[in-house]
Amino acid sequence: MTHAIDKTNFCNKQTRVALRNCGIIDPENIDEYIARDGYQALAKVLKTMTPEQVIKVILDSGLRGRGGAGFPTGRKWQLARQIVPDADQKYVCCNADEGDPGAFMDRSVLEGDPHALLEAMAIAGFAIGATQGYIYVRAEYPVAVKRLDIAIRQAREYGLLGENIFDSGFSFDIDIRLGAGAFVCGEETALMTSIEGHRGEPRPRPPFPAEKGLFGKPSVLNNVETYANIAQIILNGPEWFASMGTERSKGTKVFALGGKINNTGLVEIPMGTTLRTVIEDIGGGIPNGKRFKAAQTGGPSGGCIPAEHFDIPIDYDNLISIGSMMGSGGLIVMDEDNCMVDIAKFFLEFTVDESCGKCTPCRIGNRRLLEMLTKITEGKATLEDLDKMEKLCYYIKENSLCGLGQTAPNPVLSTLRYFRDEYISHIVDKTCPASVCKKLLKFTITDNCKGCTLCARKCPVNAISGAVKQKHVIDQDKCIKCGVCMDSCKFSAIEKK
Amino acid sequence: MEDLINLKINGIDVSVPKGTTVLEAARQANIKIPTLCYLKDINAIGACRICVVEVKGARSLVASCVYPVSEGMEVYTNSAKVLQSRKTTLELILSNHERKCLSCVRSLNCELQALAREYGVDEDTFSGEKTKYDIEDTNPCIVRDNNKCILCRRCVAVCNHNQGVGVIGTNNRGFATDIGCAFNMDLKDAACIGCGQCVVNCPTGALSEKDDTAIVWNAINDPSKHVVVAPAPSVRVQIGECFDMPIGTNTEGKLVAALRRLGFDKVFDVDTAADITIMEEGTEFIDRLKNNKTLPLITSCSPGWIKYCEHYFPEFIPNLSSCKSPQGMYGALMKTYYAEKSGIDPKDIFVVSIMPCTAKKFERGREGYMTDGLADIDAALTVRELSRMIKKAGIDFVGLPDEEFDPIFGIATGAAHIFGVTGGVMEAALRTVVEVLEGKESEDIEYRDVRGFDGIKEASYNVAGTEVKLAVVSGTANAGKLLKMIKEGKADYHFIEVMACPGGCINGGGQPIHDAYTRDTVDIRGLRSEAIYSHDEKSVLRKSHLNPVVKEIYDSYLENPGSHKAHHILHTTYIARGK
Amino acid sequence: MKSIEELNAVKEKTLARLNGNTVRIVVGMATCGIAAGAKPVFDALKEETEKRGLENVVVSQTGCIGMCKYEPLVDVYVPGHEKVTYVFVSPEKARRIIDEHIVGGQIAEDITVASVE
Repeated sequence: MTHAIDKTNFCNKQTRVALRNCGIIDPENIDEYIARDGYQALAKVLKTMTPEQVIKVILDSGLRGRGGAGFPTGRKWQLARQIVPDADQKYVCCNADEGDPGAFMDRSVLEGDPHALLEAMAIAGFAIGATQGYIYVRAEYPVAVKRLDIAIRQAREYGLLGENIFDSGFSFDIDIRLGAGAFVCGEETALMTSIEGHRGEPRPRPPFPAEKGLFGKPSVLNNVETYANIAQIILNGPEWFASMGTERSKGTKVFALGGKINNTGLVEIPMGTTLRTVIEDIGGGIPNGKRFKAAQTGGPSGGCIPAEHFDIPIDYDNLISIGSMMGSGGLIVMDEDNCMVDIAKFFLEFTVDESCGKCTPCRIGNRRLLEMLTKITEGKATLEDLDKMEKLCYYIKENSLCGLGQTAPNPVLSTLRYFRDEYISHIVDKTCPASVCKKLLKFTITDNCKGCTLCARKCPVNAISGAVKQKHVIDQDKCIKCGVCMDSCKFSAIEKK
Repeated sequence: MEDLINLKINGIDVSVPKGTTVLEAARQANIKIPTLCYLKDINAIGACRICVVEVKGARSLVASCVYPVSEGMEVYTNSAKVLQSRKTTLELILSNHERKCLSCVRSLNCELQALAREYGVDEDTFSGEKTKYDIEDTNPCIVRDNNKCILCRRCVAVCNHNQGVGVIGTNNRGFATDIGCAFNMDLKDAACIGCGQCVVNCPTGALSEKDDTAIVWNAINDPSKHVVVAPAPSVRVQIGECFDMPIGTNTEGKLVAALRRLGFDKVFDVDTAADITIMEEGTEFIDRLKNNKTLPLITSCSPGWIKYCEHYFPEFIPNLSSCKSPQGMYGALMKTYYAEKSGIDPKDIFVVSIMPCTAKKFERGREGYMTDGLADIDAALTVRELSRMIKKAGIDFVGLPDEEFDPIFGIATGAAHIFGVTGGVMEAALRTVVEVLEGKESEDIEYRDVRGFDGIKEASYNVAGTEVKLAVVSGTANAGKLLKMIKEGKADYHFIEVMACPGGCINGGGQPIHDAYTRDTVDIRGLRSEAIYSHDEKSVLRKSHLNPVVKEIYDSYLENPGSHKAHHILHTTYIARGK
Repeated sequence: MKSIEELNAVKEKTLARLNGNTVRIVVGMATCGIAAGAKPVFDALKEETEKRGLENVVVSQTGCIGMCKYEPLVDVYVPGHEKVTYVFVSPEKARRIIDEHIVGGQIAEDITVASVE
């Protein structure tokens, strides 16, 4: 029997690279980071390597962006280094604007190991030829902002940021820019537009940031988790990193486990781990003995993985092939009580709310899509509507300006792919199989009713009538489906179907 | 030799310079790709998605207005997917568009309507919630109806980049996104200069001029009113376009005939006032130059520019000419000189001006545009409003005979005609000032250095032994640039002409509106300006001081240019306004 | 800092401090921990160690260990012993940890991670 958290099932199946210092060191003390080999990678790079060698190491490691799309990080750096060789200024940016609902791995790194980020950004600066970095962090992360601020000050005091670092002639500094929490500002061009002080809206690509990024200069943007791997790759070598994971997805990935799962929290696993291992072994399974229905990955841009793919090794390409995506690493578990139409609606509501409003397909198309989904959940849609909705999904993907719009219909398409029968039930049978969609629910009183009158007294719209000690009746025309009667009944006499 | 990129568009080989967009490349191959938000040199943001095309190998459709060509690229502008996508985009836009097309001021001159017809859209494909807005009509020049806005942002771009004003922008986000002033401030409270460039850049009926035709109809129909009217210099080369005449047709005679048929009691010419402006402003310039007073002198004909200066560069107010604009001089003389001559009580004279400009509506209401307690101008109509009146009155404009202005205030010189184009006021002033300073008649009176459409033009002439340095700017963003250079000591002039609208009045906020494709492919300004210069060339009198009507007005009434009486009637003052 | 030697010197000095004879009590103070009440726990641990004059005990903070559902989490490092993780720590439990584990040398087994696993 152990009393140490690292020995629990939750922890011992994990491999911690990005999170290696989280929960170990004091994030406000640079010495503790240095004690865990902090800034050794930067020293190695500046003292013994050329920018090209650094880029080669990152390329060889196979590291791909952890923010969503999985673009090879080394390739990104290489483009930023080469595409405009005579640029007078370049920038290194960090996307710390974590916005997926339920995802908080970046926050964990920012709060638990901020120097890992600073060190990696300095290495990226050296690799591409930049002297200035910006961390774009959402203002809703006050603890992260405070610790980043302390970390930057400490690094400057030690001369690990600033002029002539390690007497190498290389200078690099970092500033923080606060985001107001718009989800679209996680899109790279919108993020840069926001740093420049404008309304955070995406710009058309090309030109790509490697050519014309922040303030029109060649720029690299990586997310926090990507940077958190860099120093380890430099110190342990690309082979070490590439030894973890699958053929085309190397290293580890952090997931934020949420939803219907026993152990909610952050887990870091080697790429290629199966969903089963994550959910059953690390996550401790589904509470209350309920049946697993699907796992949602990739946040509002992602999709659902049904039970049939429970044993698929999780990596970038496998998730794409089954209609989902890695995204930034949110993993929400759903059981039999979840309605998949409702889940799709939830994510679409999020993107509709977060659309910047610049392009037509996203601004109006997603709104109309949401209205169609709502119609389905209210039992008012026809099969023709379903057909029209599917076409609209593909139109939006094909025509939107940025990644937010292009991926917004994914939760709908993915649930349609695996759970079309649930859509059909809503449309044809006018029922919600998981009993979630309110407009399709019917509350009725069974013979268990003792006539205690409690439900009638609790009902906010006086929809329940009946004499004392006699079976009560719900007036379906009045009922607003709030469920108060069911919660208050002491005899389990109210049925929801 | 530029790098040429070779690509195929719809199977046709095209070679274009590197950096060209797919849209421009297609136009060179005579393939028209529809647009809504794109406007050459003004707005290229890839927002509306109407211009999408298929590029072989691309992940999704691309917006051709912002997508650069690349070697070996294969583009399809009319594939089934492209056509269906454009149709869906239009149907989505229409699902949140107030479809009062029958009564819309832009009906039949609306880019959205034209595309909807071309693509055979079904307005009812998508139903759902619509955004609802109050009509914003607080500003004396411009009305915004966001219920018809398609969020192309052409107005925002032109206001910000070309005019350097930037009082409108994007508010809210997603489905609730709208265009307006920051914090939804009223446009009347913002530092809007009323230039109307937003209106002429709007593809739909979301922006329009404040319609003053009703008060003009009322005046015409009021027997107690003596209603006089006069068009500005550029109006005669613009209004024919409202009746499908070729761009750049001078229809002065038909315009006079139409105005008379509308029932105006007298049809006069603002050009006559323009000649008087030269007499006053020329005198002011010579006085400032000879007596070492504040220089550079900056022209004051363009009310958008005046308001810009008052808001953004109040430190230059002492440099502004104290002359009222030609509109103001015309109005003031109507209620003084003309009233006296004709024996009509000035209170009964209703003065209407026809302007290529929306800012004239604001200028009309300025405190400094009143003489002896009466407003100089009672209504300032744009060319578009006048064309609607002519159509409503059932007048066949194209078939009208040529008629002449009423002579008492209806004779003008070539110098006045060219006021309608950038550099015109400067050239007109030089024609008079040089002769006065040199004391002899000039042989060459065409000052070609100040002509053309460069945003900032400079010239320098030796006049009677003095090197006179001049600048001519159009577009208030350019004016801002020039004033900043002067403040920083990087530029130095004696005399500057500023027009708020790029190219001057021929591109004013009150001109006839053309769709984006015509604007991008036809040199509208060039054609209109040719018509103006040709009018000047054909004029017998080409110098303001030779205008017999002007002479008569000074001899019999104003005494001489710059006299006390002239100042009382023809000059004004300015006020510093906040940003 | 101009050389790797300087960096290594800081590393050695800090390792010596962390691995020395000091008992370290580390509170998970990421947002998840703070939201679950880590701040009063941290204060209680500080107050209790000061009150009892425990000179060889340091209370410090760290980021998120990942098991958010058990927050607030407190790790106790006693030299020569395996780390002990306490879960759902409250100020009262914090005082128990000082009293039983730090002073008394007995792990408060009913509130460690083993009690909930």
